[in-house]
Amino acid sequence: MLKTLGARIGQFRKDSLLTPVFMILEVLMETIIPLMMASIIDNGVDAGNAEHIYVMGICMVVTAFISLYAGAMGGKYGARASTGFARNLRKAMFENIQTFSFSNIDKFSTAGLVTRLTTDVTNIQNAYQMLLRMCVRAPISLVCAMGMAFFISPRLALIYLAAVIFLGLLLAVITVKAHGYFMEAFPKYDDLNASVQENVSAIRVVKAYVREDFEKEKFTRASQNIYRLFIKAEGILAFNSPIMQITVYFCIVAISWTGAKMIVGGTLTTGELMSLLTYCMNIMMSLMMLSMVFVMLTMSAASARRICEVLEEKSDITNPENPVSALADGSIIFDHVTFRYNEASARPVLDNIDLSIRSGETIGIIGGTGSSKSSLVSLISRLYDVSDGSVIVGGRDVRSYDLDTLRNEVSVVLQNNVLFSGTIYENLRWGDVNATDEECRRACRLACADEFIERFPDGYDTHIEQGGTNVSGGQKQRLCIARALLKKPKILILDDSTSAVDTATDAKIRKAFAEEIPDTTKLIIAQRISSVQNADRIIVLHNGAVNGFGTHETLLKENEIYRDVYESQTGGSGDFDEGGAA
Amino acid sequence: MPEQKQNVKPVHGPGRRPGGPRPKVKNPGKLFARLMKYILKGYTIPCAIVVVCILITVLASVQGTLFMQTLIDVYILPLTKQNTPDFSGLAQAIGRVSLFYLAGAAAAYANTRIMVFVTQSVLRNLRDDMFTHMEELPVRYFDTHSHGDIMSTYTNDADTLRQMISQSIPQFLNSIITIVSVFFSMLTLNIPLTFLTLAMVGVTLLSTKKIGGLSARYFIAQQQDIAAVNGYIEEMINGQKVVKVFTHEAESIEKFNVLNDRLFVSADNANKFGNILMPVNAQIGNISYVLCAMVGGALALNGVGGFTLGGLASFLTFNKSFGQPINQLSMQINNIVMALAGSERIFALLDEETETDEGYVTLVRAKKENGKLTEVKERTGIWAWKHTHQADGSTDYVELRGDVVFDDVDFGYVPEKTVLHNVDLYATPGQKIAFVGSTGAGKTTITNLINQFYDIQDGKIRYDGININKIRKDDLRHSLGIVLQDTHLFTASVMENIRYGKLDATDEEVMAAARLANADTFIQQLPDGYQTMLTGDGANLSQGQRQLLAIARAAIADPPVLILDEATSSIDTRTEKIVQDGMDKLMNGRTTFVIAHRLSTVKNSDCIIVLEQGRVIERGNHEQLLAEHGKYYQLYTGNLAEG
Repeated sequence: MLKTLGARIGQFRKDSLLTPVFMILEVLMETIIPLMMASIIDNGVDAGNAEHIYVMGICMVVTAFISLYAGAMGGKYGARASTGFARNLRKAMFENIQTFSFSNIDKFSTAGLVTRLTTDVTNIQNAYQMLLRMCVRAPISLVCAMGMAFFISPRLALIYLAAVIFLGLLLAVITVKAHGYFMEAFPKYDDLNASVQENVSAIRVVKAYVREDFEKEKFTRASQNIYRLFIKAEGILAFNSPIMQITVYFCIVAISWTGAKMIVGGTLTTGELMSLLTYCMNIMMSLMMLSMVFVMLTMSAASARRICEVLEEKSDITNPENPVSALADGSIIFDHVTFRYNEASARPVLDNIDLSIRSGETIGIIGGTGSSKSSLVSLISRLYDVSDGSVIVGGRDVRSYDLDTLRNEVSVVLQNNVLFSGTIYENLRWGDVNATDEECRRACRLACADEFIERFPDGYDTHIEQGGTNVSGGQKQRLCIARALLKKPKILILDDSTSAVDTATDAKIRKAFAEEIPDTTKLIIAQRISSVQNADRIIVLHNGAVNGFGTHETLLKENEIYRDVYESQTGGSGDFDEGGAA
Repeated sequence: MPEQKQNVKPVHGPGRRPGGPRPKVKNPGKLFARLMKYILKGYTIPCAIVVVCILITVLASVQGTLFMQTLIDVYILPLTKQNTPDFSGLAQAIGRVSLFYLAGAAAAYANTRIMVFVTQSVLRNLRDDMFTHMEELPVRYFDTHSHGDIMSTYTNDADTLRQMISQSIPQFLNSIITIVSVFFSMLTLNIPLTFLTLAMVGVTLLSTKKIGGLSARYFIAQQQDIAAVNGYIEEMINGQKVVKVFTHEAESIEKFNVLNDRLFVSADNANKFGNILMPVNAQIGNISYVLCAMVGGALALNGVGGFTLGGLASFLTFNKSFGQPINQLSMQINNIVMALAGSERIFALLDEETETDEGYVTLVRAKKENGKLTEVKERTGIWAWKHTHQADGSTDYVELRGDVVFDDVDFGYVPEKTVLHNVDLYATPGQKIAFVGSTGAGKTTITNLINQFYDIQDGKIRYDGININKIRKDDLRHSLGIVLQDTHLFTASVMENIRYGKLDATDEEVMAAARLANADTFIQQLPDGYQTMLTGDGANLSQGQRQLLAIARAAIADPPVLILDEATSSIDTRTEKIVQDGMDKLMNGRTTFVIAHRLSTVKNSDCIIVLEQGRVIERGNHEQLLAEHGKYYQLYTGNLAEG
């Protein structure tokens, strides 16, 4: 894990090295200052030497300035190293995600990927900065101060050593114990927030069933539960500062008593006593800082792990060695195709499919939810790889093509399609960067999108909001079809892409396809029989297998499922269309 | 493919940096007073104890520092001059200061422990108050406020408050007390040195202002760049499959790199100045220390104003502990302002006006004897509206039958924009009324008025002859069942989710309802049957299954009037059939208002209301409307044009 992450430090290695160097310099300077102070007291004030006071004083000012410079530089390089590291992580992840196949994306889920790219990277950035600055500073400061103490008086330094061990152990116990309680409390806290969220979105249900009091009671109970957990966790943390104080006070008292005796005995000076007390504070503060850093680092470990998962993920679909960069035609053959999303699952999603589709044919695909319609078509543009058998497009196995070539020739309008923020033109040109305005408008005419686009005040320059929220479902679908058409593909696949378009427009689009792009092989997945019944042939999928394949008339005669669906849709329980897509 | 839901933990990180931009708050004084009142309510005594504890802690520490002077001047220096030093006096003095220390540590513990109690208690009360209040808010509130914003009140805003109560306020107090006591202690030790120290604090404040200002500027830039990068990430990752399909990877990376690099520059600068502030202030503190040591050393050397070596030692320690609380102060003020912005939003939620209910007609169990209704306690299967007339105090009972009448109703979500105009409707008990029309015609709006999710602006709605304004909202809603198109389920077992419709239903009743709704078959196949836990709004179920549960939930409530929002046919035909069949069984014998998408539903309705732009344009049954050759005819024939 560390190796994967470490490799992303890249050009910020210099900054990452300089930061601790400057931090060490800062600590060293800070460690010298109390020693000079002791000298001022002993050799200056006590000895009555005014000149020594000024010389030492100037030395101290110089030291302080060096320390300031080092601290500032450490801050500067630390900022650069950590923000640069974050930049590289984001870049590396984003670029790797772009190589992901559909199955890689499914594995992580979009929400998971977004969290990794945003929150997790921020956590790591903060942790890395902490690591470079505090993680170096605190132990070195501790060691230096301890070393100085031993240098001044080994006997008194032993008191510190004992105190450090005592405080260190107690802090560790407190941290571990509190951490355990917090780990118990946080998920509960998240659950509570989830239940608020649930209530907010289901408020109509709550009110319709008059369950306000029921929900309040449920919430209050959970809230009280969380209260108890947090009291427990934070109650333990409350020991932190008094224990620290007790230790410091113990040291002061012990040093004062022993030190006083030693001064009287002539083995210690007043100035040295004072510097020892300063070192005492340095040591304890460093220890406190260490325990804090430790907690922060453990908290960010989960983020680091999640980021590594993305970085280490290898796309399971890659270009072949000598890719073919042209498609002969739009014919499609499924040769004994079996497909599983997960190699471990027993039941395949598609089971031994054999199909042969001629170039230029229009094929309808119909079947219930879970009959694997989308899976079937996603194999054609190699969005997933088959588990067994082969998919042959234009006379060659899809795995022999250059991926870009294949996907440009096989245009898929996905079921869950999205538009991106930008003008309509910009969105359309995803299909072809170089498309002229005229070509864009032609594609929209084919997809019956021109009528509503032209009614927009800004026409084709209308800005589409993120996720296409400012157009209706039917408008979005038609724009997505137009975008796919601009690729001028040899094969066009519509995966339930006109479900929100009214039937009349749906028919118009299909008519346009038949007249304007007759040579393109068209595969149309639909729920409505009316959307597929005029196709050359129709595939009936059932539980991952081809149940029937033929014309509307043949299927109506021979296929039970097809007949069932047909009758249910025309026999009275069909769709009373809203015509709402316009 | 099942979406794995990722549990995103809230970040319990440190507070915002001192350089961060400060939010604007209207009338902070009043807000702060209100917040303090809320905190102190019920916790005045613990809070008072905390203040005393802080005082003890600070005084103990100040006393400890002053002890340095005593130690050196009174004991060590004289003792070195004695031939046979007597340490008994020193032992006593150390014993005394140890007591101070112990008291300080004990007070520190008491203070933090009590603060934990106060903080968590206040947060719990606040959560409960917010939730309790929220449940009483009208539906309109949820329409006009984004769910993300509401949630952030519970999470982010409550979190800033936690910071403020548990840390900022105690530390603020601590800092103030420390500054005052240290300042006076320093004055007693040496006046010129005190002013030297003050001057250096001035320098620190100046540098904080200068560097903090620079930092704040870059922080704002950083926030904007973060928003841009995160927005882009979200958009692209959500559309990742489209990116793949259109082989748009290179373009997407290119644009990302531009945004990412921009963020790097601003984040680098923001962090740089944020990071520099701390060492700069620390070293200014050190320089102040050195200057005091030099000047103080010279003073002590010459014994000016009776300044001693011990006094110098104590003073130098004070000097070190003076800068820190002053820096703390500005940081804590920042945190408090941030928390005030949070509490402003929290109070806004608490101040939101709750659903008003002026209804006085209630729903009671009744029995019928000789055609006369009387109120009873036991279950009879008969319900009656109990109408106590305000004029003369006499009581009428009207049987609950499910007769609904809209009389010339006007309505708008906002007063300026009427969306329903002069709507007249009548549904006699057991009738099925279907609403058809395009999106935005007002179908859903009408159903929202029947259960008084919104109040109408003009006209009247009568339920069994009673104006629904006179009916208590809870009772009105008890008499109505509702199945929405987007099903909402709760985190609980399947059993509990169905029981939601009737809290005292037995397991058998739940199963009977599930059977009626055709949900029983699939529930039996779930891993734990009726005990299967549903999470994330039933994320582990298909759309059709969730609808079946919603139907079962309505069925168990057994209301005389139903409001149904049919799903459009995006689910597959077979499930659709099962769902439809379940709905049909549910509708049987009840007055039903259905937002219809399905031909069969429309055809079998007693009355079809065709809506367009908030107006009823046609009404009648299927045959009548077809004969009219109007909008309905168009919709119907358009649908079957190719059939």
